[in-house]
Amino acid sequence: MIVELGHYALIVALATALVQSVVPVIGARRGDLAMMNVAHPAAIASFLLVLLSFGALTYAYVTSDFSVQNVYENSHSLKPLIFKISGVWGNHEGSMVLWILILVFFSALVATFGGNLPATLRANVLAVQAWITSAFLFFVLLTSNPFARIAPAPMEGRDLNPILQDIGLAIHPPLLYLGYVGFSICFSFAIAALMDGRIDAAWARWVRPWTLAAWTFLTAGISMGSYWAYYELGWGGWWFWDPVENASFMPWLAGTALLHSALVMEKREALRIWTVLLAILTFSLSLLGTFLVRSGVLTSVHTFASDPTRGVFILGILVLFIGGALSLFALRAASLKSGGLFQPISREGALVFNNLFLTTATATVLIGTLYPLLLESLTGEKISVGPPFFNLTFGPVMLPLLLAVPFGPLLAWKRGDLIGAAQRLYMAAGLSLLAGLAALYFATGAPVLAALGIALGFFLVFGALTDLALRSGLGKTSLAVSWKRFAGLPRSTLGGALAHLGLGVSVLGIVGVTAFETEQVREMSPGEVTEAGGYTLRFDGMEPAVGPNYTEDVGHFTVLVDGEPLARMDSAKRLYTARRMPTTEAGILTRGVNQLYVSLGDPVETGEAAGSGTIVVRVWWKPMVTLIWYGTIIMAAGGIISLSDRRLRVGAPSRSRRARAAMEPAE
Amino acid sequence: MTRKQKRLAVIAGGMGVIALAAVLVLVALRDEIVFFHSPSDIAAEPVTPGTRIRLGGLVVAGSIERGGGTEVRFAVEDGASTVAVAYDGILPDLFREGQGVITEGSFQPGSDTFVADSVLAKHDENYMPKEVADTLKSQGVWQGEGEAN
Repeated sequence: MIVELGHYALIVALATALVQSVVPVIGARRGDLAMMNVAHPAAIASFLLVLLSFGALTYAYVTSDFSVQNVYENSHSLKPLIFKISGVWGNHEGSMVLWILILVFFSALVATFGGNLPATLRANVLAVQAWITSAFLFFVLLTSNPFARIAPAPMEGRDLNPILQDIGLAIHPPLLYLGYVGFSICFSFAIAALMDGRIDAAWARWVRPWTLAAWTFLTAGISMGSYWAYYELGWGGWWFWDPVENASFMPWLAGTALLHSALVMEKREALRIWTVLLAILTFSLSLLGTFLVRSGVLTSVHTFASDPTRGVFILGILVLFIGGALSLFALRAASLKSGGLFQPISREGALVFNNLFLTTATATVLIGTLYPLLLESLTGEKISVGPPFFNLTFGPVMLPLLLAVPFGPLLAWKRGDLIGAAQRLYMAAGLSLLAGLAALYFATGAPVLAALGIALGFFLVFGALTDLALRSGLGKTSLAVSWKRFAGLPRSTLGGALAHLGLGVSVLGIVGVTAFETEQVREMSPGEVTEAGGYTLRFDGMEPAVGPNYTEDVGHFTVLVDGEPLARMDSAKRLYTARRMPTTEAGILTRGVNQLYVSLGDPVETGEAAGSGTIVVRVWWKPMVTLIWYGTIIMAAGGIISLSDRRLRVGAPSRSRRARAAMEPAE
Repeated sequence: MTRKQKRLAVIAGGMGVIALAAVLVLVALRDEIVFFHSPSDIAAEPVTPGTRIRLGGLVVAGSIERGGGTEVRFAVEDGASTVAVAYDGILPDLFREGQGVITEGSFQPGSDTFVADSVLAKHDENYMPKEVADTLKSQGVWQGEGEAN
């Protein structure tokens, strides 16, 4: 009964979304306020209906109602509650409902807090949101109904793919979707601006927080996914340049560009047309990401359960929205007048530089991801494009950008002074070179390239600190005064510097682990020891164990320093009972920013070692590896701090408007 | 410089960056991509030794032989032909007889054994790598998706 209610709620939500798609647009054309105002209650209603539907699906999962096909295929009564809930979005149908839920939630937020927007802009934005909502609701109801029943109901479910039964993957999809879908708001604003033929700084002030929020979620989501792949897959890699990873990375790159160009637009009203185009492209890449992951057209190590017929449907949505938006852009972009002139050497110039390199980098990733598809459909030849391609293309494009990052914030708007900026950075540059030399000295035999990479990472970190120190007048005034000035800095300045600093920390981690990592694969008998990163690892033997829905063979290890035991580590081979599916649980010991990573292979069954408990073990020493994710956390924190900036609350004119709105009868 | 000249310089710089990226992409697409071959492709037209390729197919039942340490030998087939594979390393969790796998590596001069340095199996038990599925379909031995998932 509750399940059917969920299904009906989804259908009614589609009807509501269709009304919201059409009526406000006509209202905006005619200047009919009543018709425009339909958007507000419709957006709220859509949200409540989809929430009800999502709740019904969650209820079916929590109560293990195996008469629902989706629950039967992806759940098991013995699964811990948290994974029963995360199972809702651990599959195609449920994850699409979550996608829509986030979409309508954002629409409802715009409807609720958009009181200070011009009425036609708000009506158009909500209508465009409703177009997207309708398309995806059609998609779910016609091709991927999560509420389909099966009769007779099976006694037990088939369980969720065990490697998805992990806290990291419980949180990863919602974060990623908050990012993907967050960019839909930027898209809707861009389309609405094109429909209106009007765009100004207030528009950018609205778009920027949404971009920031979406970007922050996407940063956190990608980072979480990367760490999950690192510890759960047991391969010890944190990024594979896999198509599915690229699918989330492209909107991130484009979103980062949008974040910076919207800044120019807000401050100086320049780059209007470009910002609108970028907003369209960013969301298009998010849609493309959904398509690539869900359609099964790409061979990936990460995709789960995909179906080609759905791919065609999403491809249709993709063509409709991207094609439609770009056509509208081609038709109307000329009507958006460009403003704000600037010199090439200026803050605007630096941000254009940023956009140029980021979009070029996005393009190289896009080509690497889609080229195999294109070639196969044209010539039938099957190829794979792997890390070597991206190292050769993405790397060189990003390098000048990373070098330029510390200069950007030190340049003045309109007309900057590059030599002045360089002079203020000499200390940061000197310290970074020293750090690079130190790396060369301490890690004997380290490649020069690695030392330069370390120096680059430190340059980003010190550059960001220099920016903050200069702005708070450190060294020029007393400590108390500069602390006061530091505390008084705009939050967005602080957030920006923090994001750049986090980028540097991530670069340090990437360079460190790439250059200094050691790996060994060897047989180990109980009692045998091996060395890694200055630690001694002793294999103590295997032991069987039983978990709630799996059985496992746990390998016990002891880590010793100078012969003294320091810590114990466990690594396991698990067999999930319901699916008869084996997985490897890596053992990880974190020491500072370094990690010792142990993963089990197969027991040795041939030769003299057979039956003696000897097992193949893979041991990695991963120096500085956690810096990669600490860096992303700092970046995301920078995003959150920027979001709390007062300037992003749309300014004074809104107050009178809100006061008027308060006197109107409730809608 | 006049404003027009400055603008031209900026546009030329931008074009330069894009052109450079395009060159990098073209070079990388020429040198850094790996072609996929099925066992019957290799039977029809041997691959030059030393060329990196991907070889995919089903692991032949009873072909898995473990050597000393982490060495393992097995064979992959696509219903028409079979290729022997040697690999030194840890096999993925889902590697087993009859499972579709993709291996990456090269042939050594004067040997018919494919020396792989990576073996991929998907982390879903119903998974069949797309390339392998296509090959099996073309060889007429496709058994269907198993259970729909």
